Amino acid sequence: MLAESVKSFAKEQLAPKIEHLDEIEGFNDAAFRKLGDLGLLGITVAEEDGGAGMGAVAATIAMEEMAAVDASTTLSYLAHSILCVNQIGRNGSKEQKQKYLPKLISGEHIGGMGMSEPGAGSDALGMLTRAEKQANGAYKINGSKTWITNGPNGDIFYCYAKTGPTKKDLSTFIIEKDMVGFSKGKKFKKMGMRASPTGELWFTDVMVPEANRVGEENSSVKSMMRNLDIERITIAGLSLGIARNCIEVATQYSKERKQFGKHIGAFQQVQERLTEAAAWYEACRAITYQAAKTWDLGLMQGKEASMMAAKAKLQAAQMATQVGLDAIQILGGYGYTREFPVERQMRDAKLIEIGAGTNEVLRLVIARQMLGEIADELK
Amino acid sequence: MFVLTEEQLAVKEAAREFAQSELKPGVIARDSKMEYPKEQVRKMAELGFLGMMVKPENGGGGMDTLSYVLAMEEISKVDNSCSVIMSVNNSLVCWGLEKFGTADQKAKYLSKLATGEWIGAFCLSEPEAGSDATSQRTTAVDMGDHYVLNGTKNWITNGGTSKLHIVIAQTNPEKKHRGINAFLVETSWDGVVIGGKEDKLGIRSSDTHTIMYTDVKVPKENRIGEDGFGFKFAMQVLSGGRIGIAAQALGIAAGALELAVAYSKEREAFGKPISQHQAIAFKLADMATDIEAARLMVYRAAWMKDQGLNFDSASAMAKLMASSVAMKHTVEAVQIHGGYGFVKEYHVERLMRDAKITQIYEGTSEVQKIVISRGVLNGELYIPMPIETNTH
Ligand SMILES: Cc1cc2nc3c(=O)[nH]c(=O)nc-3n(C[C@H](O)[C@H](O)[C@H](O)COP(=O)(O)OP(=O)(O)OC[C@H]3O[C@@H](n4cnc5c(N)ncnc54)[C@H](O)[C@@H]3O)c2cc1C
Ligand SMILES: Cc1cc2nc3c(=O)[nH]c(=O)nc-3n(C[C@H](O)[C@H](O)[C@H](O)COP(=O)(O)OP(=O)(O)OC[C@H]3O[C@@H](n4cnc5c(N)ncnc54)[C@H](O)[C@@H]3O)c2cc1C
Repeated sequence: MLAESVKSFAKEQLAPKIEHLDEIEGFNDAAFRKLGDLGLLGITVAEEDGGAGMGAVAATIAMEEMAAVDASTTLSYLAHSILCVNQIGRNGSKEQKQKYLPKLISGEHIGGMGMSEPGAGSDALGMLTRAEKQANGAYKINGSKTWITNGPNGDIFYCYAKTGPTKKDLSTFIIEKDMVGFSKGKKFKKMGMRASPTGELWFTDVMVPEANRVGEENSSVKSMMRNLDIERITIAGLSLGIARNCIEVATQYSKERKQFGKHIGAFQQVQERLTEAAAWYEACRAITYQAAKTWDLGLMQGKEASMMAAKAKLQAAQMATQVGLDAIQILGGYGYTREFPVERQMRDAKLIEIGAGTNEVLRLVIARQMLGEIADELK
Repeated sequence: MFVLTEEQLAVKEAAREFAQSELKPGVIARDSKMEYPKEQVRKMAELGFLGMMVKPENGGGGMDTLSYVLAMEEISKVDNSCSVIMSVNNSLVCWGLEKFGTADQKAKYLSKLATGEWIGAFCLSEPEAGSDATSQRTTAVDMGDHYVLNGTKNWITNGGTSKLHIVIAQTNPEKKHRGINAFLVETSWDGVVIGGKEDKLGIRSSDTHTIMYTDVKVPKENRIGEDGFGFKFAMQVLSGGRIGIAAQALGIAAGALELAVAYSKEREAFGKPISQHQAIAFKLADMATDIEAARLMVYRAAWMKDQGLNFDSASAMAKLMASSVAMKHTVEAVQIHGGYGFVKEYHVERLMRDAKITQIYEGTSEVQKIVISRGVLNGELYIPMPIETNTH
């Protein structure tokens, strides 16, 4: 079973390293590449293109199991397999797939996705990076991307840029790290997800052949939004994994730790924290896998699917942060130190309330579906 | 009740100025490297922040608790490693010694502590005695003219730098918590060993250590209070200490609000400052409202202490409330900063990590509820008012 094999992989390859890598802001490069041997790096790519031919449910399971141990590597895995590889598999031409997928799927190359910019996060369509078409058909790209997961360590980036006058004139380009004029800016020092490198990408007159444009010119808004849906579903799995482990650690601790001559699990406030956490986790698990299943079956399309994905991530992300905080509380002073994983996991959990659409943006997505234009009357 | 006097305002301003200009510049680096703020603590001593409530004749600032709270609040907006060092020295060590120590003990130690020449530590917690402070395993055996101290304390703030420990230990186990004593122990004495430093989520540049005492000879005159007074001493000192930690939590929340307000006016998304989106504006409103409520509770507890009223419930409530507000709203302040909130440069992520400790030390939130519920059930709901306005 997928869950079992990811679980044992995480235990053997990720668990021994994560504490140290979190401390030094490193990256578990060796383990990441081994994900290729497990067939996980192209998890959603069709078998004929060299992938595993699985869907959102499988990817979510993989994220949950991995994140229970190491959320950082899981985030890098998400950026690679869902934001980059999945998109090339879905939207790339035959030539693009043949050129880029084998190395990305084997683990020889690491991929990332460039959408956010210093001045355009939630408002992704406000991006300023431009690609100007040249006489020979190539594009000259100028601008910068920020917060790019796998930016510092990646080889191939699935990047969006403006190719026309309006906000919606977006095109997609596959960028190789060695292209002339392409460079990497600073690497961020973060609160959590510290073993997942995040950095800036700079474009100074980068010449990109036309063959690297994905899809038609000015047509990328739809595929970008569509990809956010599977990103949100699978990243909700990441939150589930964090929360599940925090609940397990706190439960175990409550059975062992004694104060006032009683196991702390006997105290009703400790029970309240544990039981609320467990119930909220189960609820999030249900909605997340339902969203994933719905996605796989193609039962919901367009805005309905987006709403479902948004609901799953909105809840799972908030749940994981709260469960992380509660787990620390249950462990008392011990929870506040690095002797137990919950302090790290709480730091990691907070990211999911921000990345892949902030809580506030997800509420907007849901509100628009529920209320239509009324949702934007204040705009 | 809380019209600040000119003196109090001056203290607040001085603390703010110090925090913003002296603490802020290096705070991110110190936190990342778990570097003890040696130079900064020295400056706090110079400015009189380490013995604020101690009487001038004992080397302190002779200020009231509210002044101390105001200074704690401003310093905690920036650097909570510094503010916990300050809190332990002021409200646990100096206050405990001044209130309960003998004239000789004060003469010997208090001015050193109040001036910051020595930093003090308060050693109550043990590996098996956290919330349940009664189950002390550290022993102090009465040898006639001295005690012999043996045991291990953990989580000791100022553990690596302190020259004087107030150590809680069991002398008469059969008397249970009535057999517990408190001692003044110099760390230069034989048998005091400083153990490892904790690697923590927040307040990372404060030095939290395990301390081992092996056959430490403590002179009789270094016991605080009568034989068996130790547990009561610890509880009373912590009750006052909680006001300091509540002020710390208040400062964390207020600091996060200041940062969030400034950021939300600068950052634009969808063509306007994010402060113009209701989701952000109303978060700021909630933060401000909760912080005001917490502030009133903290100031009131400080005021009650200064009035000589029983402040046990008030300080527990203030700490419970302020720490919960700090935790909730630092998470929101990070949220308001979006991706920038998640990186070290913008300060809010540190405040969020720092906030969590205020729900744990000097009594977890659950322990505050034990204190508060006991008070409520004993009918202590009555809110004391100044005599003149008391119409009951
Ligand atoms: C560790 C990390 C990894 C990341 N990885 C990637 C990656 O691989 N690729 C990539 O492209 N991006 C990545 N991101 C970027 C991430 O997607 C953005 O940070 C996120 O979209 C938020 O954008 P922002 O940070 O600019 O916040 P802003 O958009 O500036 O938002 C600031 C605040 O305003 C709120 N807000 C904004 N608009 C509204 C509105 N209309 N109504 C109400 N509230 C609003 C937000 O919710 C937030 O609270 C990553 C970020 C981080 C921190
Ligand atoms: C950074 C740091 C600095 C510190 N500095 C000092 C210091 O200078 N001096 C010092 O003496 N100590 C210090 N402490 C110790 C601190 O006061 C204790 O960690 C705290 O009292 C909690 O004890 P514990 O960690 O053993 O948790 P536990 O007591 O084991 O509690 C575990 C969980 O059980 C809950 N619980 C326990 N009893 C009950 C109950 N009866 N009902 C309901 N829930 C309950 C707790 O609330 C908590 O959620 C420090 C701790 C830290 C982390």
